[in-house]
Amino acid sequence: MELKKLEEIFQHKIDNEIKIEPKDWMPEAYRKTNIRQISQHAHSEVVGMLPEGNWITRAPSLKRKAILLAKIQDEAGHGLYLYSAAETLGISRDEMIEQLHSGRAKYSSIFNYPTLTWADMGAIGWLVDGAAIINQVMLCRTSYGPYARGMVRICKEESFHQRQGFEILYVLSQGTDAQKAMCQDAINRWWWPSLMMFGPTDAESSNSEQSMLWKIKRKSNDELRQQFVDMIAEQVKVLGMTLPDADLKWNETKKHYDFGAINWNEFWNVVKGNGPCNKQRLNARIAAHQNGAWVREAAIAYAEKQKNKHKAA
Amino acid sequence: MQAAKENFLLYLADSTHILSHRNSEWCGHAPILEQDIALTNIALDLLGQSRNFYQYAAELIGNNATEDSLAYLRIESEYKNLLLVELPKEDWAHTVLRQFYFSVFLFYLYQQLQQNKDVQIAAIATKAIKEVAYHVRWSGEWVIRLGDGTEESNQRMQYAVEAYKNFTGEFFVLTNYEKQMQIDFELIQQQWNDKVAAVFNDATLSFTNSNFHQVGGKEGRHTEYLGYILTDMQYLQRTYPNATW
Ligand SMILES: [Fe+2]
Ligand SMILES: [Fe+2]
Repeated sequence: MELKKLEEIFQHKIDNEIKIEPKDWMPEAYRKTNIRQISQHAHSEVVGMLPEGNWITRAPSLKRKAILLAKIQDEAGHGLYLYSAAETLGISRDEMIEQLHSGRAKYSSIFNYPTLTWADMGAIGWLVDGAAIINQVMLCRTSYGPYARGMVRICKEESFHQRQGFEILYVLSQGTDAQKAMCQDAINRWWWPSLMMFGPTDAESSNSEQSMLWKIKRKSNDELRQQFVDMIAEQVKVLGMTLPDADLKWNETKKHYDFGAINWNEFWNVVKGNGPCNKQRLNARIAAHQNGAWVREAAIAYAEKQKNKHKAA
Repeated sequence: MQAAKENFLLYLADSTHILSHRNSEWCGHAPILEQDIALTNIALDLLGQSRNFYQYAAELIGNNATEDSLAYLRIESEYKNLLLVELPKEDWAHTVLRQFYFSVFLFYLYQQLQQNKDVQIAAIATKAIKEVAYHVRWSGEWVIRLGDGTEESNQRMQYAVEAYKNFTGEFFVLTNYEKQMQIDFELIQQQWNDKVAAVFNDATLSFTNSNFHQVGGKEGRHTEYLGYILTDMQYLQRTYPNATW
């Protein structure tokens, strides 16, 4: 079939909300964009285990420790689904991991911020998982089938994480003065980086337009960010805490919250590797991978031996 | 008898808790993502078991004891876990071997506890034994895979065997409180030896037996490592006394 015809069929599917499946023909750029986005998403789930992992051994109660462990384990599971989804596009997990470790693939910059107190476990669940959900609910309808289906499973768990995070903060907000201060401090530190999770403004976003046309994305960065601000600005009242933005104000005409300017200089610097924990996070992933090399080799060698034994038998 | 039972519950609670704690240190750092999930699962199972034991112990002890006061407000010499479980996690070979030794012991112990006259202990064991059966299988498979994998993995396994040779005896050097629990530890020891021998055979490993055992954990005499574990674990509870989390 000639290329033009294939492109037509492809766009026809997209326009009619028919999912693109692994065996379908697709433009190379569509494949590449999906690989980039899905693998970046997978890496974010896995690197995202580290900042929360920082508090596993110091969780303040047995119940909290169990919830935190289960939450981080969920994130590992998300990473697995997503690596599998990306693999359907013809890239191996090893290649993706290599790209992460060499710095060619990115992960969400939010995980380059440190977790300094227990309240950060609450703030991450509430704000970071909260921001992720808004993005991921949209992605449940993304045009690439395996990605969309993975997102449906993931979204259920993410909304659970957000509620658990909020609950951690709620308990702190009802606690001692020190706990209240810890709660407010965590919100102050995580608020702006959470807003940055939606990416550059629409005017500056290079990949957005084509992604919208292919229905990889369905809402713009700014739309999603606004949705997040509107949600959190209400929820923070329940905590009796504030968001660190003097310009945050309900706009009756727009029916949305106005909010202050984001520090894009900080955003781009953290993306480029100058955040507080970029090296620490990446080094931890590389170390885990390198220290595990002999284990993976042994598993392969053992499986080979078993196969040969069966053949011989 | 009451005191013996309390001590026995704390021994099981502390041992499962501290091993869960050590395993949880792998979370986010394991050699393979699937195995990160598997080991975290085991950490969660052990944590769940420890909570059941702590909660029941707290009930017997009274005095407003809770699972958290027992876990977070006791000092090293009050902790009754096996020395084996507090040792550092080291590499994957040490981690899976320790898990295997411990899980095999726990499996046969729970098998007897299922019939315990104390219905609460019997109920905890009945619920937990399914989990432990899986832990035995998972860790046993890893012992075999690494033992019979590459030259390096075999060597690392053999190092781990060597490292633990003085620490597995503690399972069967009985304290007074265990002796009062009407458990046939001789049977467990026989079962443990048989199971370990079978898996080691498949793993092409040789079991190093030692006649000299490091003991004391079950009575509160620990290695240097436990202090650091508790310092870390108890940090928030100690820094902010009486706060609710
Ligand atoms: Fe996730
Ligand atoms: Fe999450």
